[in-house]
Amino acid sequence: MNTPNTYIGGHVERVEDARFLRGAGRYIDDVTREGMLHACVVRSAVAHGRLVSIDAEEALAMPGVHAVLTAADVTGEIPTIPFRRPNPKIGPYAQPVIARERVRYFGEPVALVLADSPELAEDAAELVLPEIEPLPAVVTRDAALAAEPLLFPGTTEDNLAAVFTAGKGDAEAAFAGAALVVGDSFSTQRQTALPLETRGLLAEWDADAQHLTVHGAAKLPFFNRRAMAKMMDLPETSVDYVEHDVGGGFGARGEFYPEDFLVALAARITGRPVKWVEDRREHFAAIAHSREAEAQVELALDASGRILGLRGEMFMNVGAYVRPNGMTPVRNCAQFMSGPYRVPNIALQATAYVANKTPAGTFRGPGRYEGSFFIERLLDMAAARLGLDRRTIRQVNLLTNAEMPYPLAQIRPSDGSRAETSCDSGEYSEAFHRCLQAFDWEEKEKLDGRLIDGRYHGIAVSCFIEGGASGPAETARIQVAGDGGVEVYVGSSAIGQGLETVMAQIAADTLGLPMECIRIYHGSTTYLAEGWGSYGSRATVMGGNAVREAALALLARFRALAARRLGVGEAEVSVVGGQAVGPDGAVLDLADLAAEGLAGEAKFLNSDATYTNGTAAVHVAVDPETGRVEVLDYVVCDEVGRIVNALTLHGQVTGAAVQGFGSVFGEELPYDDDGALLVGTLADYLVPLATDYPRVRCLSLESYPSPTNPLGAKGAGEGGIIPVGGAVANAVASALRAFGVAPNHLPLSPARVWALLNPPD
Amino acid sequence: MEITLTVNGRAQALELDPRTTLLDALRDHLQLTGTKKGCDHGQCGACTILLNGRRINACLTLAAMHEADEIATIEGLAPPDDPGALQAAFLHHDGFQCGYCTPGQIVSATGMLEEARAGWPSHVSPNLEAEVALDRSEVAERMSGNLCRCAAYTGIVEAILETAEQERDVEPREAAE
Ligand code: FES
Ligand code: FES
Repeated sequence: MNTPNTYIGGHVERVEDARFLRGAGRYIDDVTREGMLHACVVRSAVAHGRLVSIDAEEALAMPGVHAVLTAADVTGEIPTIPFRRPNPKIGPYAQPVIARERVRYFGEPVALVLADSPELAEDAAELVLPEIEPLPAVVTRDAALAAEPLLFPGTTEDNLAAVFTAGKGDAEAAFAGAALVVGDSFSTQRQTALPLETRGLLAEWDADAQHLTVHGAAKLPFFNRRAMAKMMDLPETSVDYVEHDVGGGFGARGEFYPEDFLVALAARITGRPVKWVEDRREHFAAIAHSREAEAQVELALDASGRILGLRGEMFMNVGAYVRPNGMTPVRNCAQFMSGPYRVPNIALQATAYVANKTPAGTFRGPGRYEGSFFIERLLDMAAARLGLDRRTIRQVNLLTNAEMPYPLAQIRPSDGSRAETSCDSGEYSEAFHRCLQAFDWEEKEKLDGRLIDGRYHGIAVSCFIEGGASGPAETARIQVAGDGGVEVYVGSSAIGQGLETVMAQIAADTLGLPMECIRIYHGSTTYLAEGWGSYGSRATVMGGNAVREAALALLARFRALAARRLGVGEAEVSVVGGQAVGPDGAVLDLADLAAEGLAGEAKFLNSDATYTNGTAAVHVAVDPETGRVEVLDYVVCDEVGRIVNALTLHGQVTGAAVQGFGSVFGEELPYDDDGALLVGTLADYLVPLATDYPRVRCLSLESYPSPTNPLGAKGAGEGGIIPVGGAVANAVASALRAFGVAPNHLPLSPARVWALLNPPD
Repeated sequence: MEITLTVNGRAQALELDPRTTLLDALRDHLQLTGTKKGCDHGQCGACTILLNGRRINACLTLAAMHEADEIATIEGLAPPDDPGALQAAFLHHDGFQCGYCTPGQIVSATGMLEEARAGWPSHVSPNLEAEVALDRSEVAERMSGNLCRCAAYTGIVEAILETAEQERDVEPREAAE
């Protein structure tokens, strides 16, 4: 096919999204409806207890307050939120949409107040008084590993929601024959994605049509529609999830949360549109947390630094319930800990335990960030013991393209999601070399471990893979409107990643049309009968290929219709630049045939993951007086198969890296012994500012297209965050080598770094 | 209570609860939803507006206090069909991802460029008396009240620097004419 366009890979600005620059974006709180009520959620202030009663009398007496819904307003069993990746053991740990007899975390919804204004609803919510008999709070791993079930007595045998194993080869034999075994304990702290826009929903119930519309969708509208329909006992076609602009997702927004059901129920009961917008304080307690992990792991190596085996145990605190994707970080951490390295023998066990904290879900690079931190630390420890250069120990273990597809560890129990998976393509040492070259390792190495102007300098390198293209499918439909404009409908969701621009580039290139003709519609269940969404770095690969295939189908139809109109054979018609040209030079535009139903549809099926690979290098300076670590330079190079839009890709990678620094240095969600969350504002939860990490550089390669899809693209955008923990911790260790410190526990806050330098006697 | 607010050059009478913040008055009562709420506590900058040309967090002040003031929001900064220089620079340097902080960034940058022109020093200015020379660290410091969780900071700072440079290039020429 002759396509004059090369939008894919070109410098394309996000023209379609320019509305954001005028304040014309429409986020959920910007959407209103005539006669709508405002909801405020009453949450448990007790981490663990028996819910005895709820006194709403005073609140209900306030003028302008319409209702206070509690578990008593739910007919029959309280619905529980379904799992995205079911497995036999997690069943009893599902979250009920509202607490009935027992509360299990600080912030768990117990009632919903409906009033004429958000202020009134908030005032009234303060007057709703739940009576809760406190039970001892389970907050630590030691408490949770107790033999008896503490959170779900009667329905579970212990407090372990799941135990996954990641296995490959014969780890015991590998360890028995190793020249060196290094091992240690590591941990990463609980944190959250914290999108700048808090969550929000607006539900409308049409009693005549028995139809429910939920505004505020993100990430996976089709899964949530299915879940909602089931809970509401409605056919799926009677529920729609509608996406508006979304102020950041990073893995946490858009999952099915208790509020999805409660707000919809309120609309159904009152017959009025109901809106709920989370405030920042409740956001901290309500949205999924992530990353609270501990590990005791070991690496077996031969004398030349080749990895022979990996084994050990991991423990993840997944909070009080298992949320839809609560197991993703747990199984990922075990399966992907081997990262981009050739690890022939693996025996890892990952245990998810419940505790009285906010339920966990995903945050960008779920499980992969944690696992990467663990193995990168082990590699540097091994290099020191073997007297090897830290580059060499990575180089000898990085995968080569000749080994592809290279199988990773198998996950058991299988959760239906790539329990078996393989790296797809790539000569991993190429990104490694490009990164070190851009970083100027040789020059910077001269500073490594030296004290300069009162600060110790250190450098480190760390390598990663990033899985993408989560299956199983994505759908797209393209139709030509009467004015010749091309309407593209795709099941992917926009969560601030520049989706519209990327999809328009792909559609324009495939159709041979200028991008200006393309209009993108996405993320809502009203556009397509089925679809999937945006998670696991999948939109460009899955949505992009679906758009490409739909465009090809449309072109085929265009050719057929044109041939009929011109009275010639299809083979005699050539299609170029949105025009069909007959053998005698007669020309038809897309618009000429729009009335005849010029459309193309596609469902792109793919169950094979793509694996972007990359390397990051970092240079830090550590102030021994204060424990403060400054990032002086950070370079990340990734191999993404095919670059569709370098501008948005680099934005994603850089943004992810900066989020990673936030993770490594400060962001933390601490709890007290009674299970109360100690963070409620942005003053307690320190996310990176413009001044914090100015020196992040990224470069992308596209030498090894993914064989799994025609575009050759690989999911990317999380890669910036995955290697940050390991890289920074190793650089700090290298800077402070004179002191022999082991920064094995994140975050590396000034206090912790100072404590490493000043151990108690 | 009844109050009149002058927003983007237009005076409008409103009936408000005296406790209403300026942010809620703009968003919920004047339907100017371009100004965003990220925290409601003065900690994120998403709600930045210009009050008599100076940038403030609209969530931290009550609407009732501003009858006599000139308020400018993102909607008033540039006509829809003709994006301003800052907006064009944000596009060019990919200074946004989800766009949620963006109105606050652009309003804040507008106010900040004005402050720099007026010679206000910042925390990192080497000399409190000299004319302000905007460089990367000056811009970052002056924009540190505007959170961007997507961390599009590099693009944001580049966009503002480019706009500042364009202004510098244009001003002498205008003076010569
Ligand atoms: S909403 Fe005003 S500073 Fe965050
Ligand atoms: S662009 Fe998303 S918060 Fe700044």
